[in-house]
Amino acid sequence: MRQAAQATVGHDTSAALQVSRLAKRYGEIQAVADVSFTVRHGEIVGLLGPNGAGKTTTIDMILGVLEPDAGQVLIEGIDVAARRKAALARTGFAAVYTALPGNLTVQENLRVFGMIYGVRMLTARIDAVVTQFELERFRHTRCGLLSSGEQMRVGMAKALLNAPGLLLFDEPTASLDPATAQTVRAHLRAVATGQRCGILWTSHNMYEVETVCDRVLFVSRGRILLEGDPRVLPRQHGVANLEELFIRIARERLSGPQGAAA
Amino acid sequence: MSLRAVGAIALRQFYLLRGSPTRILPLFAWVAIDIVLWGFITRYLNSVGGAGFDFVPALLGAVLFWDFFTRVMQGVTTAFFEDIWSRNFLNIFASPLTTGEYLGGLVLTSVITSILGLATMLALAAGVFGLQFAALGLWLLPYLLVLFLFGIALGILAAGMVLRLGPASEWLVWPIPALLAPFAGVFYPLATLPPWMRAVSRALPPSYVFEGMRALVAGQAPDATLLLAGLGLALLQILLAAWAFRRIYRYTVRTGLLARYSAESF
Repeated sequence: MRQAAQATVGHDTSAALQVSRLAKRYGEIQAVADVSFTVRHGEIVGLLGPNGAGKTTTIDMILGVLEPDAGQVLIEGIDVAARRKAALARTGFAAVYTALPGNLTVQENLRVFGMIYGVRMLTARIDAVVTQFELERFRHTRCGLLSSGEQMRVGMAKALLNAPGLLLFDEPTASLDPATAQTVRAHLRAVATGQRCGILWTSHNMYEVETVCDRVLFVSRGRILLEGDPRVLPRQHGVANLEELFIRIARERLSGPQGAAA
Repeated sequence: MSLRAVGAIALRQFYLLRGSPTRILPLFAWVAIDIVLWGFITRYLNSVGGAGFDFVPALLGAVLFWDFFTRVMQGVTTAFFEDIWSRNFLNIFASPLTTGEYLGGLVLTSVITSILGLATMLALAAGVFGLQFAALGLWLLPYLLVLFLFGIALGILAAGMVLRLGPASEWLVWPIPALLAPFAGVFYPLATLPPWMRAVSRALPPSYVFEGMRALVAGQAPDATLLLAGLGLALLQILLAAWAFRRIYRYTVRTGLLARYSAESF
């Protein structure tokens, strides 16, 4: 199992995201260790792993809210460390743990963040994402009054406002009902294909990962252990499905000598 | 720097105010209460103190100036706290917004809210208690400017402190004006203070304002050099506060505090 498969990272200027030898340590805990991978435009890559594997830490470093100890993050060829503003203007982000301010309406939140992201023709763009995520009837409702699933859809609408080249979703469908989750997955698949947007997606729903992702990266104890097509990997490793593979990796991690950060 | 991004931060505060009367009320209520309270105190002191001294400009004017400074500072910190209270840091700082644009938005918010408070105070003090601010003439503007700049500097520094120490340190911010007031000579000449307190006063731009205001009230010409010193000091303190905020922000990014801000950390 420990056949580490670090994704190839070259100087691919068409890549939505290039992560090279990223590392972060918190005291004695190596949260992320020498992680490298690429997300191409039009591709959905699943970042999988047990709790504390280093997925969110990796996403935080990509977003520039956490400084890596080593390594480089390029978003559409732009170095986040050197040109953070330009890199993040091409990025969208939504996570289950970062709802938009509950005391503003959907429309107000989208307008404020649209201005922050420098979105042109903002009103038309807001209309487009509101329609895309079926938020019309909530447009003038305060986000705090929405269900967690509805709030997540607002977060995704915010993430897509700037028509990003890279989307980062941390467990985006965790709070959605199955029907809405299916619709959202279809939307995001269409975004990846139609807008040539690269998507990095974390999820604990293995069915979803098999359905949506073109490629998955299994992370444990801050390292990428496996990489490949989610529909092929289980067979290659002698298990019935992706969930079994996940459980095997997670158990191996628990029996290991040290944990990792979130 | 994107002015649109700066405007977005201020627009957010406008939306909050528009949607919540409980946020609008404090812009006017506390300053109005202060002016009414001190207005009657000065009226009483004038009635028992004889004709030698007019307490209205000396005390009520001082209260008005000090409240203005307090409102400016709290305009910055309250706008910052809104992002803490709504756990919005990750959305804000994982965006293309720079710290300069963010601080610019907080300052713009404070300009608007403090002007509303100032207008309320001026209307009450002049209309009800007969405070003649016209007597200060053109000195009024630089005095307000110095207080405004110092309020901004202190607001940015206080926001940086809370960013560094965690959400629970918010309570440390509210008493700051009260802690500084004895040193700033709001109600008495600096000569009243012991030497060590006067040394602290010299680092506080408001002390130059209040000394100048008392000279004007007493019919003397205020020292323009001292006013310029206060102005220069306030500008320097804004630069230092912005530098400190940026350094603290970098620290929170390096240590992971920003990404996990809701967790308390020292």
